[in-house]
Order: sequence, then C-alpha cells, then structure tokens
Amino acid sequence: MSLLQITDLQTHFFTSAGVVKAVDGVSYGVDRGEVLAVVGESGSGKSVTGLSVMGLIDAPGRVVGGSIRFDGREIAGLPGHELRKLRGARIAMIFQDPMMTLNPVLRIDTQMVETILAHRSMTRTGAWALSRDTLGRVGIPSPDERMRGYPHQFSGGMRQRVAIAIALLNKPDLIIADEPTTALDVTIQAQILHLMQGLVEEEGTGLVWITHDLSVVAGFADRVAVMYAGEIVEEARTDDLIDAPRHPYTRGLIGSVPSRNARGARLAQIPGGAPPALNRPEGCRFAPRCAFRTDGCEKPQALRDNVRCWRAADLPDFAEVLA
Amino acid sequence: MVFVIRRLLQALFLAFVMSFLVFAGIFAVGNPVDILIDPDATQAERARLIVQLGLDRPFHEQYFIFLGNLLQGDFGNSFVYNRPALGLILERMPATLELAFAAIVIAVVLGIPLGVYAGLRHGSPGSQAVMAGSILGFSVPNFWQAIMLIMVFSVMLGWFPVSGRGEVGEFLGIRSSLFTLNGLHHIALPAINLAIGHLALVIRLARSGTREVQAQDFIRFARAKGLSEPRIVLVHLLRNILIPIVTLVGMSFGGLIAFAVVTETIFAWPGMGKLIIDSIRMLDRPVVVAYLIVIVVIFIILNLLVDLLYSLIDPRIRLDEARQ
Repeated sequence: MSLLQITDLQTHFFTSAGVVKAVDGVSYGVDRGEVLAVVGESGSGKSVTGLSVMGLIDAPGRVVGGSIRFDGREIAGLPGHELRKLRGARIAMIFQDPMMTLNPVLRIDTQMVETILAHRSMTRTGAWALSRDTLGRVGIPSPDERMRGYPHQFSGGMRQRVAIAIALLNKPDLIIADEPTTALDVTIQAQILHLMQGLVEEEGTGLVWITHDLSVVAGFADRVAVMYAGEIVEEARTDDLIDAPRHPYTRGLIGSVPSRNARGARLAQIPGGAPPALNRPEGCRFAPRCAFRTDGCEKPQALRDNVRCWRAADLPDFAEVLA
Repeated sequence: MVFVIRRLLQALFLAFVMSFLVFAGIFAVGNPVDILIDPDATQAERARLIVQLGLDRPFHEQYFIFLGNLLQGDFGNSFVYNRPALGLILERMPATLELAFAAIVIAVVLGIPLGVYAGLRHGSPGSQAVMAGSILGFSVPNFWQAIMLIMVFSVMLGWFPVSGRGEVGEFLGIRSSLFTLNGLHHIALPAINLAIGHLALVIRLARSGTREVQAQDFIRFARAKGLSEPRIVLVHLLRNILIPIVTLVGMSFGGLIAFAVVTETIFAWPGMGKLIIDSIRMLDRPVVVAYLIVIVVIFIILNLLVDLLYSLIDPRIRLDEARQ
C-alpha cells in the first residue's frame, strides 16, 4: 500500500466566469523512500494537486471529488484542525520562490521553533537546539549564528535550504516540493537537488517533486507523471519515460530538450499553447496540438496502461523519430 | 545613534526655520496694538505701550530679539495674560495630550481587529458592515458627530457628561484625568469623537494590508507548517501590516494634538486648542509662536519615534537608509 494514494481527484475553482477544473480526475501514488516527479507546464494542475493534498486550497477553489489516502487514512474532506495536525508534521511542503516563503519580519529561529512547537510538546530550548542541528544538516554554515538572522540576510539558495530545513523539522513521512529549484541559479539548483536526494534516502521519506523541467528530474526521480490540462497523460518509470515516451505530449516535451537537438538545428517545439481552462477540447485535450491526430481523437481519452492516448501503440518508435 | 543625532540636528534647524515663518506670518496678520489698547487711551499712552512691547522696532530687529530670547528658553510674555507664553501652553497641554492619546488608543485598539477581520472575511456581511461603518466614519463631519454624540449619549440617554474635564488623578508622577473614574467618564465622548475619523482610516489600512499579506507565499507556507490560525494572524500577518498603521498613527497623533480645536471647543475641553484660537483672535503673538514651535517639536519627536519603530517592526529597514 502506498504512503500517499490520490484517486480520481477533482479540484475545481468556482469563479464568476465559470467552473475551472484545475485538477480533473488525477490519480497517482508515492511510496516511502520513493521520488515521484510530477511534470507539466503552468496551469496543468500540478501545483493545485499538491495543495489539495495539503488541504491548502483557498476559496473559490474546493476539492469536489476523489480520494486522497495518506498512510491508509482518507484525508480528503478532513476538518481543518485534523489537517493542521498532519501539515508540517507528517506531510511537509516546500514552495517555489524561496524569497517569498519565509516571513520577512521574523527571525529564522522563530520560524523554525514555532514549527516544532505547533506539533510536539518540547521545551523551547530543545526545539531551538533541534532547529539549529537541522539547519546544519541542510548545509548552512555556522547555524548557531544564522539562527538569529532574518531572511533578507540570506541568499536565495540559502533561503531554500532554510525552507527545506523547516520541512524536515518534524521528520515528515512525505514531502511535497513545488518547483523548489525553479527560482534558483543552475549551480544552486544542482546543490539543492543533491541535498534533497540525500535527505530522502537517509530518512526514507516519500517525495513528490513538482516541476515543469523534465531535465531536472531525469537523474533523480523514480517515476514521472506528466500532467496536461488538469489530467495525467502518462506515467512511467523515469528511464522508460525518457527513452520511450508514449504520449505525443511527452514526446514533444522530451524532443524539445535542447541537448536532444542537433547543434545548430532549429529547436523542436510543440505547436500552439495549452487550452484555456474554461474552454478545453471535448475529446483528447492535446488533440489540437498533436501531430498524430485523427478523427478518433474526438472522444475523451481514458488512461489506459498508464497513457492517455488511444493511438499510443500505433505511434512510430520514438528513437526513429529523433534520428 | 548617529541617526538619532542627525535627526535631532535636523529638528533643530526645522524649529529655527519654523520660528521665522511663524513670526513673519503673524507679523503680516495684523497689528496687536489695535486690539490690545483701549480705544479711549491717549496718544501718549499708546506710544508708551508700543515701545514697551517693542512693537516700534522694524521686523528684523523684533525677530532677532525674539530669537535671542528663544535661545535662552524665553518665549516671551503673553500680551493678553502678561505671563510667560510657554507656561500658558504647557499648563493646557496635558489636557490635550490625554485627549489625543485616548483617541489614538481607541482608534488602534478597535481599528486593527476590525480591519483584520474585514480583510480575512472579505465579502462576508460582517466585513461589509465594518467597511460601510468606516466610510460613514470619515465622511461625516467631525463637529456634527460631536453634536450627535452629545445629543444621544448625554442629553437623551444621560450616560455621559455633556462637557468639561473630570477629576485629575496622579499615577507614577503623571497627573491626568485618565486615572480617575470621573475623569474617564468625562473624556469618553470627546475621545470617541476625536477617534472616529482615525478609527476609520486604521480599519481601511488594516484591511487592505491584511488582504495583501494574506495572499503572500509566506502565509501559505506558515499554514503548510501546520501553525494554528491565531498564530498565523497574530504573529505572521499582524507584524507585516503594522508599518503603514504606525505611520498613520504617528501622523494622526501630531494632528490630533495640534488640531483638536473643534472637539475641544464643542466639549469645552480645557486644552491648548481653545487657547490658540483665542490667541490668534487677540493677535497674541508670543503665545501663537510658542504654540506652533511646541507643535513642531512634537511632530519631530513623533516622526523620530515612528522611524525608530519601523526598524523594530521590520528588520529590513535600516535606520541609515531612512534618513533619505
């Protein structure tokens, strides 16, 4: 049984313009010690899925259907105070912009200690010492001093380390990381990636890594779920997905990674843009941009054998297409 | 420390400039001799008084004599009361200060919770009621509010006295009517009257601040940490909305002290406002000048305090930057 199992999740936003089905029937699972990458472009619903698990969907949004089972227990629709006990204790989350996730007017130690004291009965001194040690673990030099600093005295990479330390404080079973490296320099990205990888292995934590950048997850995630327009279009082991993507959208994504393209050649791209959330195609949502589209694509596509394309088996071999 | 010293020097310069502007301004307003001297007085008596008050000298001489005295701490004697002007003002100041203080406390203590509530529950009936009340609060003229307060709470309901200041009590060496029940009973209506406009502003600032901060990532992160809602609002949100509110309170407080005139007049509150209005009418130059200089000093002190508070509230604000 998975640590986290989401089944047919529906998270909708009830706006004045209409109902936005940001997450429209998403299912995925992640085990202890496993890294699942959720890949998709902006607006594909990958972040909203993560926030749904945390119970952090703000009005006018709401989880309207499906199930979220965490450690064998249904947590979709739990009352706020029950969810609060899970958040930051058993499920932690890290956000995209480290410049914005720490409160600018509170000291680092305040922001760390409060996280511990919100969930455990511990002395303030004990919580402080634990916080400092955790800060050391994520690679912040002289943590004793840095504990007394304010966020603006840290660089972006260091702030993301602080956010990671905060996520780790209560030894969570699951961490949801929402594009944690997107706002960072490439070299810092690699450091953070490496750090997270080590921590997850050490603790056996489950990790959901939400990103729009396939190349980031290539060497890191065990499995990849690709999202498009509120749905998962393909899920596979990382190696399989990268070597032999089956859905036309995944093929497009991988085909457009610059290192995959011949030097000097025009960069491959997926034509068009993602459909607006209020006006998605009736049938296959990717069909308008798909090079392999036929009349049969007019009907809605089900996820079959982990790919949401009825023609997946007919498509030409990916290696040949590239060559 | 350098910052504070620099600010104090600036303040001194400002006070000096102000003294000149005020002196020149009141010189232009009119000749006090016309008002002060009995119309039946002989020409000789007139001339003697003019010389005695120094009004025969040219403007610049008068100013420098005044400035010389000022540097020795002498603001001159009131033409009307023939007593030191500064003494007259300081005598009345506690009444005005306590009124302004009470008004600010009401504005902040009610305004911040109401504003934060309106921001958090944006769109709810309660929030809309608060906002409608705040619009009423600062659009209805102050003097009319005062009269209505008196009519309803003093005349019709009889809950509060119609006017005047209550008994004065002493606490920690400070004498104020805030320390006696009778005093509080008397100050309630004028303080509320003075507070309403500022209360409305504090509500609006707190609400817009709350709405802005609430959408920030760090609030979402605080929730993701599993913090309780009270802690998120009281610690994470509140600290971040305080800066504009502190600014408003600092400026309002100075304004309340300087311009409590209307409220003081309606409630017959024995503060500085009444004194200054009378002095302007009588062209009592020393009192007007001394009053304005005292007000300038109060404003300067308040601004300094506000700047110091900024750096306490928000560590990103460093004082050496604030000097620009």
